[in-house]
Amino acid sequence: MNAGAAAPGPHADVLPSLPRDDDGPVFAEPWQAQAFAMAVHLHEQGHFTWTEWAAALSQTIEQMGPAEYYEHWLATLETITTATGLASSDELTERRAAWQRAAESTPHGQPIELGAEQ
Amino acid sequence: MAHDHDHEHAESSELTDIELRVRALESLLTQKGYVDAAALDALVQYHEEKIGPRNGAQVIAKAWTDPTYKEWLLSEPTAAIASVGFEGRQGEDMVVLENTDEVHNMVVCTLCSCYPWPVLGLPPVWYKSAPYRSRAVSEPRSVLSEFGTELDDSIEVRVWDSTAELRYLVLPLRPEGTDDWTEEQLAEIVTRNSMIGTEVVVAP
Repeated sequence: MNAGAAAPGPHADVLPSLPRDDDGPVFAEPWQAQAFAMAVHLHEQGHFTWTEWAAALSQTIEQMGPAEYYEHWLATLETITTATGLASSDELTERRAAWQRAAESTPHGQPIELGAEQ
Repeated sequence: MAHDHDHEHAESSELTDIELRVRALESLLTQKGYVDAAALDALVQYHEEKIGPRNGAQVIAKAWTDPTYKEWLLSEPTAAIASVGFEGRQGEDMVVLENTDEVHNMVVCTLCSCYPWPVLGLPPVWYKSAPYRSRAVSEPRSVLSEFGTELDDSIEVRVWDSTAELRYLVLPLRPEGTDDWTEEQLAEIVTRNSMIGTEVVVAP
């Protein structure tokens, strides 16, 4: 699945609500930039077209109702990740729990890394 | 060094639900080889200038032009910064360090990369690097000169180590010749690095 001429990239008008200024997207928190970068990167690797992304995003917005823009974005990323078979929802659930354990066993102020809980 | 070097270690760390979801996706997709950590970093780095430094620049420009705000910013930084609309989600306390003709402040996080992201956005790659984290403390002047910042020997350099609960923002010296500038014009010349303290603000 490659983005052809008819499938605009992430900077096109297909996402008019993307928080942005003249130079591109703006983020309020680091995780938003991470979520943004993952979606763009997966798209660039050909895992989905930007049209597919935009469709999935608008479906998420419809289902979730009002939320912060990047919360919709993150939910869409999870949906598209499982829908394209990149990861299963079980794997995601497990991995979240692993990070939770890692956080709990990491002293405050130190970087949290997977494996720290073991 | 004029600071307490110990990080305050609470019992454990906390990740919000959203951070857990983002980390789960990122670590899983990286492990499976679908995303490349370096490529993600590059994308984020490209946008990092857009994330937060403008927030901090607004705070600095306001302090330069409004003496009452500056006083408030120095005495109650967290509240003064929040009044402009920038707040840490986890309630980190902000400390504002004022540069003067005698003192130049510079911020580091020796243990990890604590960073005042509500005002400065994502930390630049060099801030997170091991060399900066150690050398900022052991040889701050040579680090400064690598940033092109040459300070007079009479100026004391103070290095401040961030903690999970305390984040520092440097209030740089307002450059000479900008007396008739507006707040908006001033905000344009405040750089991210000047608010970390590795550079000074210069008028173009």
